[in-house]
Amino acid sequence: MMQLVRHVGSPSSSMGGAAPSAHGPHGDAEFHHHHSHAAISRHPDNHHLLTVEHLSVSFDMYDPVAPFFRAGRVVCEQLHDVTLSVHRGEILAVVGASGSGKTLLADALLGLYEQNTLVSGHIWFDGEAVDADALERLRGRGISLVPQSVSHLDPLMRVGEQIVGACHGRRRAERRERMRLLLEHYGLSPEVERLYPHELSGGMARRVLLICALMDEPQLIVADEPTPGLDMERAVQALRDLRGFADGGGGVLLITHDVELALRVADRIAVFHDGTVVEETAVGNFAAPELLRDPFTRALWHAMPEHGMVVEGDRALGAAPSKVRRGMSDGGDCR
Amino acid sequence: MTGEHGGSRRIALPYPVRFVAGQLARLVTLMVAVSFITFALVSASPIDPVQANTGQAAMLSMSAEKRGQLEERWGVDTPLWERYAAWAHDAVRGDLGDSLRFNAPVAEVVVDRVAASALLLASAWAISGILGVVLGVLAGTLRGGALDRVIRAYCYLLSATPTFWLAMVLLMVFAVVLGWFPVGFSVPIGRTAVTVSFAERLHHLVLPAIALSVTGVANIALHTREKVVDVLASDYARLAAARGESRWTIMRRHGLRNLLLPAVTLQFASVSEIVGGSVLVEQVFSYPGLGQATVTAGLGGDAPLLVGLALATTVMVFAGNLVANLLYGSIDPRMRQEVSRARA
Repeated sequence: MMQLVRHVGSPSSSMGGAAPSAHGPHGDAEFHHHHSHAAISRHPDNHHLLTVEHLSVSFDMYDPVAPFFRAGRVVCEQLHDVTLSVHRGEILAVVGASGSGKTLLADALLGLYEQNTLVSGHIWFDGEAVDADALERLRGRGISLVPQSVSHLDPLMRVGEQIVGACHGRRRAERRERMRLLLEHYGLSPEVERLYPHELSGGMARRVLLICALMDEPQLIVADEPTPGLDMERAVQALRDLRGFADGGGGVLLITHDVELALRVADRIAVFHDGTVVEETAVGNFAAPELLRDPFTRALWHAMPEHGMVVEGDRALGAAPSKVRRGMSDGGDCR
Repeated sequence: MTGEHGGSRRIALPYPVRFVAGQLARLVTLMVAVSFITFALVSASPIDPVQANTGQAAMLSMSAEKRGQLEERWGVDTPLWERYAAWAHDAVRGDLGDSLRFNAPVAEVVVDRVAASALLLASAWAISGILGVVLGVLAGTLRGGALDRVIRAYCYLLSATPTFWLAMVLLMVFAVVLGWFPVGFSVPIGRTAVTVSFAERLHHLVLPAIALSVTGVANIALHTREKVVDVLASDYARLAAARGESRWTIMRRHGLRNLLLPAVTLQFASVSEIVGGSVLVEQVFSYPGLGQATVTAGLGGDAPLLVGLALATTVMVFAGNLVANLLYGSIDPRMRQEVSRARA
């Protein structure tokens, strides 16, 4: 039996008692929906901002290990039975190794599927059950992506034109106004509009990518490794903007490989391992290993530098958190 | 090492001067090489210029003395080096010699023929470029779909088709059987040049232009398709899609912009293919242009004319590549910056 985990933050619920259901009303206090809450996690309208249940993503492809001419078709499952939730006002960090399928999760939430993708599971956004078509309609109209690097900007288009996006007429003028406000708010000079992406510094590019997302006034931001190559202090600094967005009532799903960064900026953490979420818990529960439920999460805890980098027996874990991930990176599982 | 070379002793000329000087040096080297190779090939050819230009019957009835005179005029026994040196000596003074076959100065013949071919080459070049990009964009955007398959099959088929064979098929079907277009020449037979209308010229141009553009279309369409696939798989296309832009909007806003450069480069680089292809196509359609003159010069052992034609086409192809380079610099902001850095 799993032991229930105590909340670290004080539950601030005004609506208790309702039976936990997939997307219906429920109380804040308990371990439910496979997760525990942070103090900040809120349930306005009695539901999560985003709920993902039993999401599996696989690819129908030729057997990658078979000889070329004899390769049969196989189905490779990359994400298995992923369940997680994002509340309004919080940052949920999805922490996992590079190549463990985290970006695939982002793509799945944005409805960006390849032709050979097979997806199953349930997703609710703002209380509504959504399918692939609905996810496609939500792109830029509720859910926005903050991508990893400046390569997500068209190298041949001026930054201003990219921020404004594809629109015409009066809407275009309105969006131009909004862009100017956002540029000013994030301390970027109006000249940035006229620049090409290769002329932006790393910090400017990050803010431009965030502004691209904020242009569409999203409720949920999916941030896919938004601070590559930054040291801890700079990364925390850079993620303040996302914190601000969450504090304004939005939800953030922050995808990262860095446990320590996640512990610094996020409210809750979903630990991603071998293509699935093994544990979704409040950041406070990382205070002691007894508060963590999954053996893998505990191994992760012990492997962190401030906890002595202890590596547990039969798991192939390295010494530092960056190496912990080595054992979790392969992901795929073909049948 | 590099420090010594790039040191203070290097004379810093302004960038445009350096650029033009560099390009000119390349062009001159290229022309020397092309002219010499052409000379060497003509002299290695088994064709006896006297026999080729007088005909079998005249050869038989000709006296040995007369034949000796002709051989001397055509330089049959003069060694390659001597002939090339003599030609080069005049060529640097701007005299490209006389065509043996056309009995006129080479420069005059070349200018005539280039003018005659210009419309054909330009229209074939434009058709292959425009049609190639359109087909490539359609196929790439609808990758994996029925239209993509059809366009790709069409392109592979065309790539595998010899131009001269296709020209003959077009001729048989549209000129001989259907009678829609004339069988050959660039103007109607038996009329003086002043009485020929532009429409009539176009009418004569259609079949050769189609034949000439067809292989280019396949090449450009397949390259464009690959580039479209790359663009749609790029990070910036992913972000655009995540912001709710449709595939065609992405294509319009980001695709064309990023396609333009490789397409333009390919298009200007394909000048060589069009010029090369014109040799065969003009022969099939008896179109009196650059290509046909090249065949005549080659078969007649007319070295001065062949060299003149080779140099003219070299300049055209070189100009095509140069324009591609210059456009690259003016279209791509990253390249613009490189250039201004190089200028500094």
